[in-house]
Amino acid sequence: MAELQEKISKRFPGATFEEGETLLINIADSSLHDLVKALRDEHGFDYLVTIVGFDRTTALGCVYYLASTKTQRLVSVSAQTTDRDNPMLHSIADLYRVAGLYEREVYDFYGIVFIGNPDMRRLFLNIDWVGYPLRKDYDSNPELNPVSIENERQSDTTTEWVEMPDGKVEKREHTIFEEDEFVINIGPQHPATHGVLRFRTSVDGETIKKIDVYMGYIHRGVEKLCEDLGYMQTLHFMDRLDYFSAHNYHHGLCLCIEKAAGIEVPERARVARVMMDELSRIASHCLFLGTFCMDLGATTMLFYTLRVREQILDIMERTCGARMTFNYDCIGGVIADLHEDFVKDVKELLAVIPKNLKEYNKLFTGNVIAQNRLNGVGVLTREDAISYGVTGPSGRASGWACDVRKTHPYSGYDKLDFKEIVRTEGDSMARFKNRIDEIEQSAHILEQLVDNIPSGEWLAKVPKVLKLPVGHWFQMVEGCRGVFGVYIESDGGTKPYRLKLATPSLPAAGVVDHITRGQKIADLITIGGSLDYIVPDMDR
Amino acid sequence: MNNYTIDNSQSLTQWIDQLLNSCMPSWLATTVECLLVGVGLLLVYALLALFYILYERKICAYFQCRLGPNRVGPWGLFQSMADAVKMLIKELISLNHIDKFLFALAPYLVIIASMLCFAVLPWGNGLQIIDFNIGIFFLIACSSIGVLGILLAGWSSNNKFTLIGALRSGAQMVSYELSVGLSILTMVAFAGTMDVGKIVEAQADGWFIFTAHVPAIIAFVIYMIAGTAETNRGPFDLPEAESELTAGYHTEYSGIHFGFFYLAEYLNLFVVSGVATLMFFGGWMPFRIEGWDGFNEIMGYIPSVVWFLMKAFVLSFVIIWFKWTYPRLRIDQLLSLEWKYLLPINLVNLVLMVVIIFAGWHF
Repeated sequence: MAELQEKISKRFPGATFEEGETLLINIADSSLHDLVKALRDEHGFDYLVTIVGFDRTTALGCVYYLASTKTQRLVSVSAQTTDRDNPMLHSIADLYRVAGLYEREVYDFYGIVFIGNPDMRRLFLNIDWVGYPLRKDYDSNPELNPVSIENERQSDTTTEWVEMPDGKVEKREHTIFEEDEFVINIGPQHPATHGVLRFRTSVDGETIKKIDVYMGYIHRGVEKLCEDLGYMQTLHFMDRLDYFSAHNYHHGLCLCIEKAAGIEVPERARVARVMMDELSRIASHCLFLGTFCMDLGATTMLFYTLRVREQILDIMERTCGARMTFNYDCIGGVIADLHEDFVKDVKELLAVIPKNLKEYNKLFTGNVIAQNRLNGVGVLTREDAISYGVTGPSGRASGWACDVRKTHPYSGYDKLDFKEIVRTEGDSMARFKNRIDEIEQSAHILEQLVDNIPSGEWLAKVPKVLKLPVGHWFQMVEGCRGVFGVYIESDGGTKPYRLKLATPSLPAAGVVDHITRGQKIADLITIGGSLDYIVPDMDR
Repeated sequence: MNNYTIDNSQSLTQWIDQLLNSCMPSWLATTVECLLVGVGLLLVYALLALFYILYERKICAYFQCRLGPNRVGPWGLFQSMADAVKMLIKELISLNHIDKFLFALAPYLVIIASMLCFAVLPWGNGLQIIDFNIGIFFLIACSSIGVLGILLAGWSSNNKFTLIGALRSGAQMVSYELSVGLSILTMVAFAGTMDVGKIVEAQADGWFIFTAHVPAIIAFVIYMIAGTAETNRGPFDLPEAESELTAGYHTEYSGIHFGFFYLAEYLNLFVVSGVATLMFFGGWMPFRIEGWDGFNEIMGYIPSVVWFLMKAFVLSFVIIWFKWTYPRLRIDQLLSLEWKYLLPINLVNLVLMVVIIFAGWHF
């Protein structure tokens, strides 16, 4: 890192550095684009993990988390502006495809305009929303934003702020669809969008020309809510994001808070967390297999996969007391000890999994119709997967080894023996097969742990009211759908000053337009299904 | 005639005919008979549809490790009755900005098409509404009216989803009608007649699927595939692919209008299996094995209606089996399957059949 710091300070004399868990480079807005470009092209930071907007009352700005897919190093870049009335930063949307979406999110919450981003619309909130909710001086008076009873507003144009050669910034409008295009509205109420997601789809016959994705129908402002809650309380939102990786998300936030507070987690709790994560992964992938096949018209498969999921939910119910919103991981460990039958139940589950996987493959994977529907449909190349930030099984199907359990091991994953499933085809079939294989690997992890659960405490001593020192932390874990990142910024109080959740579903939805162009309407369903996004996870 | 062709149904119809003629002029008797047949047809139609709905729900439930309907009546027998009552009392939602006349006409076209097909099905020995020399031709012609209703429904709903569904349906049904027609033509060539009654009689000593062996089996497989596509059932249910087009062409329909589409879908399933029974499995003819007289006699005791329905239900089971196992095709794959595979195979098969007839290589 020191070498990197030296090189950058030579080229960008204005940059200042802060050492922390990752190197933070503070840079002026004018050289932001050049710095990020240099980091990407010369130092291999080709993956934009997330953009965290912040409002430090004196300044508005962003922290960019960049990672290298070769060395797995993380670096963060921060740029800010003091102009609160017309905050503007330069866009890096031309460097990372996913940055366009992330910048829209920052614009939505903080009102920071990104110069050069071709699509500066709000991402989650209504287009006529008054105010920017994550700013510290936001007026949350409900009269300002009454519930709309009009028809839904949609924008047929996007706005771009373009910088002129003389330094002035000009506003331009682009139309999304031409006058005579046949645009179908798929969603928000549609069986195949897996939640309230809306695709405005322009078609030519059955062929898709362009898709405009509308999100935010299930936006609940979790990040905003968390700013008013104690650290313990923020945990309860984690199972409302991607409700199939509730354990994994809890795990991520707990790790981040524990790292900040310096809490050591007992060994038993650590293993319990990992086991719950892997059980969740199996359950989540099972549900994926079922719903995906149902999207393709093979309804029966759903019931066969739900059978396994049901068994897992029973195991979780016994230990956690819930089947969906578990709240099992808590700061310092887990909330309750594993149920006495846990080991027996897990062994029973492990016994049925191979048989079931064989059945799934027999029923669906080898079917000639399934193969025709999946092979070569929605091909995502490795470069695009990285640029669009598509992680998880979908990213690994494109040949990108992005499993956080391998790249940044946590909770003892480095001591476990399991394979990272990577395929290079990048099509829907690869994404489908990857998940079947990951069930196998998760079962393998469980096999190693089930007989070696350490005894002892399951919860460390944690003060009732937790205060974090001043600072900021970033933690990534592998959710069932990809990289889940948590950024916490603390001002030393009992509540997070800023809590940012980087979820895998947002980039997955962002890539849909790119890989469906030129394919058929039915392929949109295949591709959307195979990317396996969860709408509450992208909307938060 | 052999003893197994003597059947109660024939004498029953004759008895009714004599009774009516004895107490009224013959023109009135004919009118009354027509009315009776019409009412009977409607009744059978409704009952069969109710049965089929339950039949499919039960079968798919067992495929999916479920029990299926089991609350209304013993084994859920009255579930579809309850559904029918519900359907009847539902409101017909009228939409703005639609072509009201065509919108209302469409479900009737669909249901009339499938009902007309019923007229020529040989239910049992002598139990056939009309038996004339171009029965099969009439059946194919009638079943083609259905696509008109679907196209109208999709077009008149003024909805983009229904329009796509209707256009898919148009492309699909027009294409697969060729295969249905050609595979039936293959068998007509073998039977040498289009008269339904004669086709059944020709199978008294052996069903066509056995006597015409290879080409008949090929024709049967193609007919089952194309028939499934004709009825818009999975894996060819693209016009109403619920995960793509919500409900396809009938998205905007409610109440009994929706019910008509729903009924017609199930009845078309019966018609397709009925025609397959007629062309390949001897219609109402019982199963006979040459030389096994005792066995043949027992088979002959089973009423012909039961034979026909049993065969049709078994074939329907196969079609239902398709639906609950396979994923759906994509529109381009669907059309290439028809035009690039089924149609050429069918044409070759027709030639093969003609060769076999001329060479006398059949039983």
